[in-house]
Amino acid sequence: MSKTGFPAAARVALADTQMRRNVGKATDTIRARRAARVAEVPDWEALRDAGAAIKARAMATLPEQLERLEASVRRAGGQVHWARDAAECNAIVSGIARGHGAREVIKVKSLATDEIGLNDALAAQGIEAIETDLAELINQLAHDTSTHILVPAIHRNRAEIKLLFERTIARGQDLGWEPQALAEAARRHLREQFLSVPVAISGANFGVADTGTICVVESEGNGRMCLTLPRVLITVMGIEKVLPQWRDLEVFLQLLPRSSTGERMNPYTSLWTGVRADDGPQEFHLVLLDNGRTDVLADELGRQALHCIRCSACLNSCPVYSRVGGHAYESVYPGPIGAILTPQLRGLENAPTLPYASSLCGACYEVCPVKIDIPSVLLHLRGRVVREYKSRRSPEALAMEAVGRVFASQRRYEQAQKLARLGHGPIVTAALPGWSAMRGLPEVPEQTFREWWRSRPPRPVDGDGSPP
Amino acid sequence: MRVALFITCFNDTLFPQTGRAVVTLLERLGCEVDFPQAQTCCGQMHVNTGYQERGLALARRFERVFADAEVVVSPSASCVAYLRANGAGLDGRLAELTEFLVDGLRVEDVGATFPHRVTLHPTCHSVRMMRIGDRPQRLLERVRGIDLVELEDAAVCCGFGGTFSVKNADTSMAMLSDKLSHVLNSGAEVCTAADNSCLLHIGGALRHQRSGVRVMHLAEILAST
Repeated sequence: MSKTGFPAAARVALADTQMRRNVGKATDTIRARRAARVAEVPDWEALRDAGAAIKARAMATLPEQLERLEASVRRAGGQVHWARDAAECNAIVSGIARGHGAREVIKVKSLATDEIGLNDALAAQGIEAIETDLAELINQLAHDTSTHILVPAIHRNRAEIKLLFERTIARGQDLGWEPQALAEAARRHLREQFLSVPVAISGANFGVADTGTICVVESEGNGRMCLTLPRVLITVMGIEKVLPQWRDLEVFLQLLPRSSTGERMNPYTSLWTGVRADDGPQEFHLVLLDNGRTDVLADELGRQALHCIRCSACLNSCPVYSRVGGHAYESVYPGPIGAILTPQLRGLENAPTLPYASSLCGACYEVCPVKIDIPSVLLHLRGRVVREYKSRRSPEALAMEAVGRVFASQRRYEQAQKLARLGHGPIVTAALPGWSAMRGLPEVPEQTFREWWRSRPPRPVDGDGSPP
Repeated sequence: MRVALFITCFNDTLFPQTGRAVVTLLERLGCEVDFPQAQTCCGQMHVNTGYQERGLALARRFERVFADAEVVVSPSASCVAYLRANGAGLDGRLAELTEFLVDGLRVEDVGATFPHRVTLHPTCHSVRMMRIGDRPQRLLERVRGIDLVELEDAAVCCGFGGTFSVKNADTSMAMLSDKLSHVLNSGAEVCTAADNSCLLHIGGALRHQRSGVRVMHLAEILAST
């Protein structure tokens, strides 16, 4: 994260008017679609409660669930690896790929592998990672990073993608302006890779402890091809993705598509359990990634961030995200969930401005399919930033202390009101910086309410109190 | 009914006309209004900025000041929601103004006349923290002469968020910009809300643009005759 953090990054992002239009339009569309699909489900609130309860139980019994998952995957012929951090995980994955002599690997869209910078780590070993998700491919071709959990290239519009493709995978062709033609160009480019590359890497939406089944949910079918065609499959799964039982999927496969793409059911749901002779990959590796997650688990209130199923409903509903887009969050996890997850995964000292990247409007909490109380976690993390990292002598801390002392006494408060009227004093000073660019400073009225109250005759006069 | 008014520091200092309107309105509806003068601030700004110790001490102070009140009414959805969320809801005796009118006094027609075109900004904390529903609309619909017009994307945040508007001034302004265009597109003369904090924000910008649209707290419309 840059030194100046979210406010400065947001300022840069807000200046990109094309991005704002693209993101605003896309989030509007998905938001409306989600609302319509959710409204169809009569027991939606009960489903949310169930989702939250299953996740809370899984997190409360995480060590046990992970050991069960490990045993189940091994029983089904898979291999299980444990990675404490990004470096360990990248070493495990590139070691496996190298062991198979791979110079290229194909990838299913995966946030966990973006989080650990796997593509760069593979490149350092001379292995090229080929993204097969359409949006990830777009970002890769544009040397750009993802700005949305579900729609990584949400900040690009159709025209930008057409021009990009004509400069890269469809050089010299005129693809036209139709989305179908653009998708077809990507399909032709990718199809060859599916058939020739021997190693695939995926993430996981869910890992079921009692059966050892891994689940990937997607829209395009590229994931399905990665998961079935290559000989070797490596899945990197954050440890919080474990579900205790097979039947838990029933809840999440209803919650996830409606919340994310606004579909009743997503087009492709791939489920696999270990390996099967002569069908699909003949070698399966599951890498269980911690990378800060157990630290998050240690925070009693903050740990609910681990319940996230990466649907992105909070991004689409967030008035901050829908204006600044994803880059300003400087993380693979943007939006409200990113504002509570990134600082916890990386350490608050490395992202102290993110918990403040919200007006606390509550729109994220309202749509979260597993009821993560994002506003409360934001407040909790703000408290931790102040207690653990902020100097007591910072201008803000001193102002807050001064204003707090003023409010603690009626006498000091009333003196401050008089000072405010003169144009200075704690109340005005605290509200001044950064405010007046667009919003005129409020004029402090001649008489406070309490002064009026004291000056009132014993019985209210007719017409008193009418608006100015 | 005896009602203690929690005016909030913000209204006391910057929007005394809202306080006067609340008193007028409640007295017109037969309440006896009391104003405990030891009241200051509920601590929301401190808590929302991360200074929880200071903020919660102010919430406890609020509880002490209003300990003996039968009912406490406040014209700020945001402060009421915050107090309730922090265990200072006075065991159900603390009500936001429109809640008190509709649920406590069971009135929707408060006898007001306000012959102007008005649009309502529902405020995030009213809608999502307080679950205030359509109480403000119901009260406004009964006002004589009013022309209530719809606000596009009404429930979307105006970008105030307390210290958010200062810490993330650019983002806040981008949000405000959209809210302003919706307010202007609505054709309203007056933008109203059950909370002056949003109105400080929206109103400040409307004035800054010399827009010719003004903001008024809901209580001021309901007090008008």
